[in-house]
Amino acid sequence: MPNVDPLIYGDTGVARLNVEQAINLALLEEMRRDPRVLIMGEGVATKRPEFIREFGAQRVRNTPLAEAIIMGTAVGAAASGLRPVVDLLFAPFLTYAADALINSAGKLRYLSGGQEQFPLVAMSMTGAGWCVGAQHNHNLEAMFVHTPGLKVVMPSTPADFKGLLKSAIRNLDPVVFFTDLGLLYQEGEVPDDPEFLVPIGQACVLREGADVTLVSYAKTVQTCAQAAVQLEQLGISAEVIDLRSLKPLDTATMLASVRKTGRLVLVQEASGLCGLAAELAAVAASEAFSDLRAPVLRLTGPDAPTASSWALEQAFVPQVEQLVQAVSALVGTPCARLAS
Amino acid sequence: MGPSSFSMPSSAERMHWLEMMLLIRTYEEQLAELQTQGAPGTCTCVGQEACAVGVVSALEPRDRILTNHRSAGHLIARGAQVWRLIAEVLGRVDGYCKGHSGSLHISARELGVVLTSTIVGGELSLAPGVALAQKMGQGEPGAITTVFFGDGAACEGIFHEALNLAVQWQLPLLFVCENNQWQAMVHRLETMSEPAISHWARGHGLPVQRVDGNDVEAVYAASRSAVAAIRATGQPQFLELITYRQRGHYEPDDQTYVSAQERAHWLERDPIQLLRARLLDEGGLTEDLWHQMMRAAGEQIATAVAQAQASPWPTAAQLTEHVYA
Repeated sequence: MPNVDPLIYGDTGVARLNVEQAINLALLEEMRRDPRVLIMGEGVATKRPEFIREFGAQRVRNTPLAEAIIMGTAVGAAASGLRPVVDLLFAPFLTYAADALINSAGKLRYLSGGQEQFPLVAMSMTGAGWCVGAQHNHNLEAMFVHTPGLKVVMPSTPADFKGLLKSAIRNLDPVVFFTDLGLLYQEGEVPDDPEFLVPIGQACVLREGADVTLVSYAKTVQTCAQAAVQLEQLGISAEVIDLRSLKPLDTATMLASVRKTGRLVLVQEASGLCGLAAELAAVAASEAFSDLRAPVLRLTGPDAPTASSWALEQAFVPQVEQLVQAVSALVGTPCARLAS
Repeated sequence: MGPSSFSMPSSAERMHWLEMMLLIRTYEEQLAELQTQGAPGTCTCVGQEACAVGVVSALEPRDRILTNHRSAGHLIARGAQVWRLIAEVLGRVDGYCKGHSGSLHISARELGVVLTSTIVGGELSLAPGVALAQKMGQGEPGAITTVFFGDGAACEGIFHEALNLAVQWQLPLLFVCENNQWQAMVHRLETMSEPAISHWARGHGLPVQRVDGNDVEAVYAASRSAVAAIRATGQPQFLELITYRQRGHYEPDDQTYVSAQERAHWLERDPIQLLRARLLDEGGLTEDLWHQMMRAAGEQIATAVAQAQASPWPTAAQLTEHVYA
C-alpha cells in the first residue's frame, strides 16, 4: 500500500506521488473533511487498514463481489445523505452496476422532479498495460458520457487524479471516475493543499502550438505530448489538450485551439465508433468549420475487444509513431525528415 | 416490546383502513377509466390494497419507503395528496415530480417515499443503501426502511444480492414481497420452482413471516411485529404477503391470458370485501355507512381529477430541468 502520510511533504507544497497514491490521498483528505464520505467495494478495506484505523469499519467497507448491489447501495445511500465512493475494480464490471448507475443515479433526480440527488463516485480501472484482456480492459467511458445525469472524468496526471477525485466527491451529481491502469504507477508532483481541487468539466492545454491541435485524455495524452516533441523536430508546432473530464465536455478549450491552429487530431484508446473523438469531431465541424484547414483526424482503438497479448494490447492503442506520421501527413510535411 | 404486547387495532382504526383501501381502489379504477379516454396507462394495485394499508399503517413518519410499479396504494396510504398523484400521472406541473415521472417513478420526499423504481428489482438495489444511511446516522434515530416489491422482482438476481447484504451488514430494512401471482404477463408458477418467495429469504438467514396479504389485519399485525423487531435489533425482516393482482399488468389490459377459475377464486377473497364483511358482522359498519363511504371516495377522487386536470402542462423549457444539480 502506498504511504499517504501527509508528513512526507516537504516545504514545497508538493509531493512526488504516483496515481494510486494520489487517489488515496484524495480519499483520505475528503474522508477527514466530511464524515458523510464512505468507501465501499471489493477489497477497499482489505487494501486500506490505515483507513479503517482512522475512520472505522463503518466508513471503509468491503463488499460481496456483487457489483449490482454495490452500486445500488451507493445510490440509495447517496439519496439518503451519505457521500459514497465505490470501487468497482475494472470498468467491464460496470455493466453489472449499470442498472443502478444509469437507471437510478442518472435518472431519478430528473424523474423525481429534482427532489432527489445522488452525490456519489463510481471508480473503476481500464486500459492497456496489464495484459488482462477484454473482460478487465474495456474503455466504456463513452457509454456513460451518453447517459444523461452522469458526469464522467478520466484524468492523466497524479495531480489531476487528486484534484478531480476530490471535486467528484464534493459534486452533487453522480460521477463515473475512470483510472487508466497504465498510469497507475506513474509519478508526478501533487499539491499537498487539502483544498487543491481540479474543476470537473475543464480541459487543460498541456503544450501550446500553432500548427495542429492534438486532443486526448488518459494515457494517450502522453502519446500526444511525446508526439509533439518529435513533431517539433519536424518543424510542426503541436498544441496538446488534455480533456481530463469527458462530461461536461470542455469543447470551448478545444475550439479556441482549433481556431488558432486550423487542424484537429483526436486521439483515444477506446474504440472509435460513437466515441469521444467522434463527438468532438462533430463539434469542430459545426462550430469551427471555417477555421479548419484540413480534415479532422481520429486515431482510436479498433472495433474489437482488447486482447491479452502484450503485442496485441499495444497494437490496440494509438502509438507515438502513428500519431507523428498522421500529423505530418495532415500538415503536409514529409515524415521522412524524422528519420534523417 | 414483543409482538404479543400490541393492542388490537380499534374499530375506528379499522374503519379508517377500509376507507383508505376504498380510496385506493377508487383512485385506480378512476384512472383506468380515464385511460379509456386517452390518459397514460398505469400499473394498478387493485386487489393489493390490504398490503399497502396494512404495512404503511405500521410505519412511522420517520421511516422511509421504496416502491415499484404498483405504488399508488403505498403513496395514498402514506398520505399523498391524491390530486397531485393524478396530476403526475397526467403529466402536469403540480404532480409530485412536476410531470417528469408519470405514474411509474413517483417519489415524494415529504412523505418519506424515497424512490420508486420500475426497473423490476431496482427498488431492491437501492434499499440497502437507504437503510445503511439510517444505520450510519442520517435521518431520524431509530428510523427504518421498507421496500415493496413483487414475486417478479424476487426472480431477479438483485433480490438475492440485496437480501444477502442486508443480513450481512445488519441493516434496518423491512422487505415486503407482495406476491400477487403475476409477473407482468407470466404466471409465477411458470417462472419459479419454489412455492414461496419466503423460502429464498429464509435461505439468506432472514426472519420470515408469510401471511394472507388480503387480510389487512393480518398484514398489519405481521408488519407491527416485524417493524418492532427491526427497531429493537437493527436487523432486517422479511414479509411475504400472498395476494392477487386483480387487473392486468399495465392498463388497458383485457387479461385474456388469465384463467377465469383463478380470477373467480381470488375475487371471492377481495381484501376490501373481506374487511367490509368483518366490520358489518361486528356491527361497527352498517350498509348505510358503507354506501356513504363509497360515495365519499368517489367524490374525493372526482374532485381530485378535476383539480389535476386544471393543472398546467409543463413547458418545453422544463424538459431539461433537474438533469444535473
